[in-house]
Amino acid sequence: MRVNFVLSEVATGLRRNLTMTVAMILTTAISLGLMGTGLLIAGMISDMKEIYYDKVQVSIFLADDVTAEQRSAIEAQLSDSPEVAGYLYESKEEAYERFQQQFSQQPELVENTPPDALPESFRVELVNPERYPVVAEQFPNGQNGVDQVRDEGDFLDRLFSLLNGARNATIAVAVVQALAALLLISNTIQLAAFNRRNETNIMRLVGASRWYTQLPFILEAALAGLIGALLAVGGLVLTKVLFVDKTLAGPIKAGIIPPVDWAAIATIAPVIAAAGVGLAAVAAYVTLRLYVRL
Amino acid sequence: MIELQHVTKLYPASARPALDDVSTEIDKGEFVFLIGSSGSGKSTFLRLLLKEDDPTRGTVVVNGKTLNTMSKWQVPKLRRTMGCVFQDFRLLRNRTVAENVAFALEVINKPHRTIKRVVPEVLEMVGLEGKAARLPHELSGGEQQRVAIARAFVNRPLVLLADEPTGNLDPETSEGIMLLLERINRTGTTVIMATHDYHIVDSMRRRVIELNGGQITRDQSRGVYGVGR
Repeated sequence: MRVNFVLSEVATGLRRNLTMTVAMILTTAISLGLMGTGLLIAGMISDMKEIYYDKVQVSIFLADDVTAEQRSAIEAQLSDSPEVAGYLYESKEEAYERFQQQFSQQPELVENTPPDALPESFRVELVNPERYPVVAEQFPNGQNGVDQVRDEGDFLDRLFSLLNGARNATIAVAVVQALAALLLISNTIQLAAFNRRNETNIMRLVGASRWYTQLPFILEAALAGLIGALLAVGGLVLTKVLFVDKTLAGPIKAGIIPPVDWAAIATIAPVIAAAGVGLAAVAAYVTLRLYVRL
Repeated sequence: MIELQHVTKLYPASARPALDDVSTEIDKGEFVFLIGSSGSGKSTFLRLLLKEDDPTRGTVVVNGKTLNTMSKWQVPKLRRTMGCVFQDFRLLRNRTVAENVAFALEVINKPHRTIKRVVPEVLEMVGLEGKAARLPHELSGGEQQRVAIARAFVNRPLVLLADEPTGNLDPETSEGIMLLLERINRTGTTVIMATHDYHIVDSMRRRVIELNGGQITRDQSRGVYGVGR
């Protein structure tokens, strides 16, 4: 295969259809960027699940007027219970400290909250999170110094279903965009083939192999796919630097949201690139088979 | 060399067959005129030999290969043994004379060294030495057709198919082109030429196959274009 020949054909093709090529690259980039975002959210969700589910499953908030005896009775009950894997006591001061950290981005809220407004609590990890109702039964609300028992797992389930929804929506939009990108690629390739019909007709007549004739078109699409993928990765990097790392710095520091680290982007980048190049090449190949006589 | 056995070609858009039960044989090294009015089936005849189309019925054999059963990826190999020349030259406008000829070799992956050696040779043979660096629009019609012939012949095909190669040229220029095709024929290449040009057919006195409504109505060695002209 004459590499120079093929590459110069590719370059000519891309230059000749500049507007279509740009449109093709941009749609591909948006689609792949959204796909990458979806994958990052998916990774974030599983990270968050690890953070949260491991830490806390049940919170037992104590009443303001809880006595020292009541507190140690609860603690004794927790340490004796076979259902409990571990527990942590959080005093009013600790709760306030954590609150300050979590909401460091909203100083007014912190200022308007008196240090003793937050209840003390036991953070309990269950052997089996599903057994929450049984454990809750042992600590009836409003009795023995217990103000309220809350299943954090239940809250987390709802949070995660929200995040899963966000991930699915992102991927759905990515798929729709991908469809648009594929149609554009197909269109561009048809146009490119039409522009080069003199060359390809002659190639066909003198007995150039099918691959020789098709490869420039397929490479053209693949190259556009690759550029689109690079733009998408660039977009993800910008999103991390300008949005995630800045706006979400507080919650990330507080450990509420896992950070989007470079490793995650580095893992996703090749996936995006492969998807971009692969889909574009396949779309071009199918287009040539279906619509273009080479 | 070339054999058609009871070949019929129907195009979906037309009720009348383009070729209707055509059988003929062309030997290696022959020079054959394919004549007949427009729509008589000349172009279909040539297209079938190139496997641009498949016959609806019947068998086409070229160089001992039955085209009907030939698979798609073998078609390029077949076409490398055939050269094509057209009425409208079909040169690449943005490439020079030498590049146009070299293109035919580049795309079938011939080594650079061969191309460098062979292209000037064939340009000299068709009488275009010194015009290698010209662009097609800087040449006369006859010269452009010579470039097209050089491109068709550069890979030394066994068969040269010419579809009205003189259709756009004046009689004098046409004569030059015919001399060139004759010279190519003398190297052993079979030449099949579809034409309307009775001056040429009458003066050359070669085999004439006349098609009429898709059927062979005359096949004559050393023939003329038609009686009563």
